[in-house]
Amino acid sequence: MSSEKQYIDLFEASKALICSHSAAALNAVRDQAFDDFKRQGFPSRKVERYKYTDMAELFAPDYGLNLSRLDIPVDPYSVFSCDVPNLSTSLYFVVNDTFYKKVLPKASLPEGVEVMSLREAAEVHPELVEGRYAQLAKTSDDAITALNTMLAQDGLFIHVPKGVKAERAIQVVNILRADVDLMVNRRVLIVMDEGAEAQLLFCDDSADDRNFLSTQVIEVYVGENASLDLYCLEETHEKNTRVSNVYVEQQANSRVSHDVITLHNGTTRNMLNLTFKGEGAECWCNGCVIADKGQRVDNNTLIDHQVGHCDSHELYKYVLDGHAVGAFAGRVLVRHGAQKTTSQETNQNLCMTKAARMYTQPMLEIYADDVKCAHGSTVGQLNDAALFYMQQRGVDQHEAKMLLELAFVGEVIDQIKLEPLRDRLHQLVEKRFRGELGRCQGCRLTRPLADGGCKR
Amino acid sequence: MCERLSKRNRCAATTLGRSDCITAGGLWRIAFSLEDLGEAVHHHMKTERNNEFVKEVANQKYEFGFTTNVETDVIPKGLNEDIVRLISKKKGEPDWLLEFRLKAYRFWTTLSEPKWGHVHVPPIDYQDISYYADPLAKKPKNKEIDPELEKTFDKLGIPLEERLALSGTAVDAIMDSVSVKTTFKKQLAEKGVIFSSIGEAVKDHPDLVRQYLGSVVPYRDNYSAALNSAVFSDGSFVYIPKGVRCPMELSSYFRINARNTGQFERTLIIADDDSYVSYLEGCTAPMRDENQLHAAVVEIVVMNNAEVKYSTVQNWYPGDENGKGGVLNLVTKRGDCRGVNSKLSWTQVETGSAITWKYPSCVLRGDNSQAEFYSVAVTNHFQEADTGTKMIHMGKNTKSTIISKGISAGHSQNSYRGLVRATSNADNARNYSSCDSLLLGSDCGAHTFPYMDIHNDTAIVEHEATTSKISEDQLFYCNQRGIPTEEAVGLIVNGYAKDVLNKLPMEFAVEAQKLLSVSLEGTVG
Repeated sequence: MSSEKQYIDLFEASKALICSHSAAALNAVRDQAFDDFKRQGFPSRKVERYKYTDMAELFAPDYGLNLSRLDIPVDPYSVFSCDVPNLSTSLYFVVNDTFYKKVLPKASLPEGVEVMSLREAAEVHPELVEGRYAQLAKTSDDAITALNTMLAQDGLFIHVPKGVKAERAIQVVNILRADVDLMVNRRVLIVMDEGAEAQLLFCDDSADDRNFLSTQVIEVYVGENASLDLYCLEETHEKNTRVSNVYVEQQANSRVSHDVITLHNGTTRNMLNLTFKGEGAECWCNGCVIADKGQRVDNNTLIDHQVGHCDSHELYKYVLDGHAVGAFAGRVLVRHGAQKTTSQETNQNLCMTKAARMYTQPMLEIYADDVKCAHGSTVGQLNDAALFYMQQRGVDQHEAKMLLELAFVGEVIDQIKLEPLRDRLHQLVEKRFRGELGRCQGCRLTRPLADGGCKR
Repeated sequence: MCERLSKRNRCAATTLGRSDCITAGGLWRIAFSLEDLGEAVHHHMKTERNNEFVKEVANQKYEFGFTTNVETDVIPKGLNEDIVRLISKKKGEPDWLLEFRLKAYRFWTTLSEPKWGHVHVPPIDYQDISYYADPLAKKPKNKEIDPELEKTFDKLGIPLEERLALSGTAVDAIMDSVSVKTTFKKQLAEKGVIFSSIGEAVKDHPDLVRQYLGSVVPYRDNYSAALNSAVFSDGSFVYIPKGVRCPMELSSYFRINARNTGQFERTLIIADDDSYVSYLEGCTAPMRDENQLHAAVVEIVVMNNAEVKYSTVQNWYPGDENGKGGVLNLVTKRGDCRGVNSKLSWTQVETGSAITWKYPSCVLRGDNSQAEFYSVAVTNHFQEADTGTKMIHMGKNTKSTIISKGISAGHSQNSYRGLVRATSNADNARNYSSCDSLLLGSDCGAHTFPYMDIHNDTAIVEHEATTSKISEDQLFYCNQRGIPTEEAVGLIVNGYAKDVLNKLPMEFAVEAQKLLSVSLEGTVG
């Protein structure tokens, strides 16, 4: 219980401080979350959903927390001046776990669309926040969610009202910035009303070469006929640990596409819980992981078909180099009576070296008979014949290998509907494989890393 | 009650038992004595007047639910060190084996029951089970076997008289805790093949048993393996010497008879260099309201260039249509392909048991070794199955194939759970897994939980699974051609399971097909 203890002690000692820098809606669930965390402790590897990542180990080091919400000096634009060519987005920043109010996009969003600090939203729109906050992300079911709920003080709130289409993509850049090892607890609440449409792009970046531990809980409510594209792009560094729990609830005839792209990281665990609440809804959940050295990426998904006539599609691809470890566990649950469900789950993995390890676990749990469900999973290497074919035609082995790898993950990238982002990602992935600058060229680090700029 | 039940069953078997009578283990034609037949017909005529008999037969899905009235020596219920010592003493075992049992027992007491399976095992009171039941204890003096027992096995379609047996199959018949008879021992011994109950093997070939027992499934392996290691009773022991191709199929037939007992057999198969053996296993149990525990361990050792085929047709009593009673089948089966170029193949047809929770596994230790796993698991009513395999690739150039077909009907739950692991030394490991599920009815469940742990970049592992129901088009096509729906379902299911059934020895396959259709009777409509 040693890992848990420091968080339990911390909460008991600084509960008043945490609450004083947060909003009532967030404080209301804190005690329950604390009890749930204390009861569960960090999930051990015997807990099926945490089989491949030892949480206690990740949370054991001593990180600082910015509980009194001190302003950490940062100029987001100097850190991150992202310009995906031909992609004009409404750009927001979240520094550590605080919504950055000083720089807001110049172009205004369509009428009624709101992007703001969660703490502020709890005060301005209590009707939207209360009754939704911490409802999907049940603290009783998951210790990490409980921990986040217990410590989260602020985050991001996005609301797209009924029938509104946000044409311009909303981009949120999460910047980790600190001079000491830091833990951040980010919280995001997204509410899509009936018929609303939006595209969201979350980019995770770290500005400093410190040890970071970030927990993140994203709750997404998607109303009837609403449509949401949610892209999460992680480009941090080897000292970064990220634990993200995403909860999505879809009403009838809604459409969600969720892409998780891990280009560079330390240890990452992404959990997705998606629930179909109304018939006729669809989701596409895709993931692309490129990992080398000692990086670890663990994607865990649960698609819960509670009602019939819904379609789910999952496609996850991993390329593991060095002694990277990848894990994918995807569970599709078709509940009793959820007839006419279609579900397709695919996980394909490339192990490029002997030391790379892959764990995969595509699971189907089906309690209804009139369904079409399939899953497939492979682990293998590049096709020798294809490599040979290219070499025969004068493409050197290294290049040929890279081309094949590119094509391999290309399938996931091609699913991205935001065209400029798609092109950008193709480029980024290519750079990543070339071992060149893995990160967006737009990103300028506040402090160059030891070996000149980006060492990735 | 027992008497009545047994009579009724005999009738049922006779009436159904036309030329295509279904037998559990399958190899054996039911050989009714004239006396039985007369009795049955008499009983039939008596009851037919009020038409109840027809109903009874119609509802009589499980054919082997009768009990045998034989005086059985059952030791007191409960489990403690004294019981372990008593079992060991009854079997006249050497000290090292008693020590093995006691170690296992002590380890077992430190464990708690596993809960991770997708099955709902009812609470088992391990102190309320008798761990040893010997139906041979009071046999009539001048006879080798009690005629009652012989009759029972006859009725199950397993003639213990060698002259009656189908040529080419030797049988080890085991009732409760004791091996009743092993046939063709002499003929096999001529070739150097040892085929006996494990109890006899401990006496006759202690060195072999001591060398291999617990070497594939150690007593610390899991909860039921520890329990089994402490209280195990007869199972088969097979040793195929170097370079010998076993001249006939070997088989064992397991039968639970006594009330409030469990069966804890232990089977050990050793195929030495360049040998080959095909081993079959069948099992049935009487119908009882309470659950009966069956916790067996099967260990297989395959040496250089040897090949072992292990086929199971599991037809333990599945409980009634309300999910009452039935056998809890918690079995640990594992083969160790130790030698280079060794080959092991598991084929299983699982139709019985209230709960089936087992993973026949292969450890591919030798270079170029191969393993296969073919499974058909059928669940109906309230049966639950969580079964699959583990393929642990350790040697170089190892290959494994997994074909699993699950069929669920009624309110049953059927899960495939499998692990494919390629360790860092398993260069060029190759696995192909395919798991399909078929759902017959809207209240049942079909689940797939494949695990793949790949620690090697030269390994190629594939898994695919589909879940579906029988398409209305297929049924319509059959109906159109005059095949009633129920038969059509049987036909389609058999076609669906064909990949696996084809791997069974031929006669087994025929019977398994019939067993499939019986298990699924009443699912349509």
